[in-house]
Amino acid sequence: MTELWEGLVTAVKLIISLDPEVMQIAGRSLAISATSSAIAALICLPLGAVIHFNRFPGKRTLINIIQTLFSLPTVAVGLFVFVMFSSAGPLGGFGIMFSPAVMVVGQVVLIIPLMLGLIISALSATDKAITDTAVSLGASGFQMSVITFREARFGVLAGLIMGFGRAISEVGLSLMVGGNIRGFTRTITTAISLETSKGDLELALALGMILIFIALVINIGLNRIQQR
Amino acid sequence: MKRKTILVILAGLVLVSLLVSAAGCPAKTESQYPLHDPMVRFKIATTTSLYDTGLWYHLEPIFEELANVEMDIIYAGTGIALEYGRRGDVDAIIVHDRAREDMFLADGYGINRRNFAYNFFLIAGPESDPAGITGSTASEAFEKLYNAGLNDPDTVKFVSRGDDSGTHAKEKLIWSQAGFDYEEIRNSGKWYVEAGKGMGPTLLMANEMQAYVMADISTFLAYNLKSGLDIVSLVEEDPIFLNVYAAIAINPETHSKARIDIANRFINWLISAEVQDIISTYGEAEYGRPLFFPIAGCDMPGCPPVEDYTLPVPEYTGS
Repeated sequence: MTELWEGLVTAVKLIISLDPEVMQIAGRSLAISATSSAIAALICLPLGAVIHFNRFPGKRTLINIIQTLFSLPTVAVGLFVFVMFSSAGPLGGFGIMFSPAVMVVGQVVLIIPLMLGLIISALSATDKAITDTAVSLGASGFQMSVITFREARFGVLAGLIMGFGRAISEVGLSLMVGGNIRGFTRTITTAISLETSKGDLELALALGMILIFIALVINIGLNRIQQR
Repeated sequence: MKRKTILVILAGLVLVSLLVSAAGCPAKTESQYPLHDPMVRFKIATTTSLYDTGLWYHLEPIFEELANVEMDIIYAGTGIALEYGRRGDVDAIIVHDRAREDMFLADGYGINRRNFAYNFFLIAGPESDPAGITGSTASEAFEKLYNAGLNDPDTVKFVSRGDDSGTHAKEKLIWSQAGFDYEEIRNSGKWYVEAGKGMGPTLLMANEMQAYVMADISTFLAYNLKSGLDIVSLVEEDPIFLNVYAAIAINPETHSKARIDIANRFINWLISAEVQDIISTYGEAEYGRPLFFPIAGCDMPGCPPVEDYTLPVPEYTGS
């Protein structure tokens, strides 16, 4: 127990003193996960709309598959991305193995199902009467989508943030394709994993606290937006 | 209605600003670890013991400055390091398993192997030594561990790396020297624990479990000082414990993207007097003895031939 307490004290000191290594790792984690969330959002917002607003055979099945992929194991995505982007793999020509770029690719693959699924269910939860009214008043398809998205914005936003949360908290994928290289691909989660395995609990605890802090800030932000 | 639209836009802006901060991040990286030529990234996969002892943290900045490159060091046991090498994902590998190195070279994946350091393995375990291996040879100790482990798996446990690393390969070699079939050993009961981790983490795990473990002396010393291990070294000084580290460049004819020039320079630097000097004293101040030995001092059976560490690798001219 004393170990945990001492670790916490050191961790707080590391954070308050803005320890360069801690800050750098935290910044890199944020940057990589924000980038992958943004890319995933750019893909999922229009794709979610297309799936929601269109009727086609197999729509139910497709949504079921997307929801099943919510629990896509990070290491499975890691293995897949490794095989694809490794020099000997089909996409090896990009030469991005063991770099932040390949981590972003992996995280995008990982969180697309989650974001997409949550966006679709947020859109489905909107009141049908609103779109019907809009259409009866002569709204175009695009205008109707805008109205529905506006209605569903909280759910959609929550979906985006859930995606970001999954990206920043995963470790298996980052470790496998990023390589946990100091000063280059080391993120909060891979550093925690490494420092714990080295027995250096202080740094690991400090980074864990930062991770929770980031989650807190994002949740407060989300709540604020929802309460307005 | 209008305010809600603004909110949606705001949310989008948050994402965009995060994206911008992502783009801006590398600039921050530079101030912390002085970057040389960040576009020239030299990737090596290294055996875990050299990483866990901190040797690479010590050597990395020196080579980065010398060669004006950014060195990316990936923590990987010999098995996975060889796999990265076969796939061409790294430019050089640091490994310690002569037999598999030979195969790697023969298959044309690697060139210019040079040995640059050595140390020894040991078997550590609880001070009470319930299996009574103190004073045994390596294979005797393994035999005793097997018998005691089968008899009383709650008291006698052995934690194996179980990760196809160089240390794991050496362990298998000792099992076969002791007359056992390794597959039989790993399926013989719960006394035999496969960690699937690097050297340092495996040591910590054995320490938690009060189990026996085979480790290289350097990682054992480093972790003993840092984490105050409860397990102690019980068996040392068997000739089979010799542990020789090798650096191998990835063959650019197999993988055209391998940075052979930097890899060659790196290997020659490792066998240079400068680095050999560093190796001969690394850790001395903290541990009272150096953690690794410069390769030139290796003169027992099993040591590599002299040209494996005195002959500089030739400049690559293509073929």
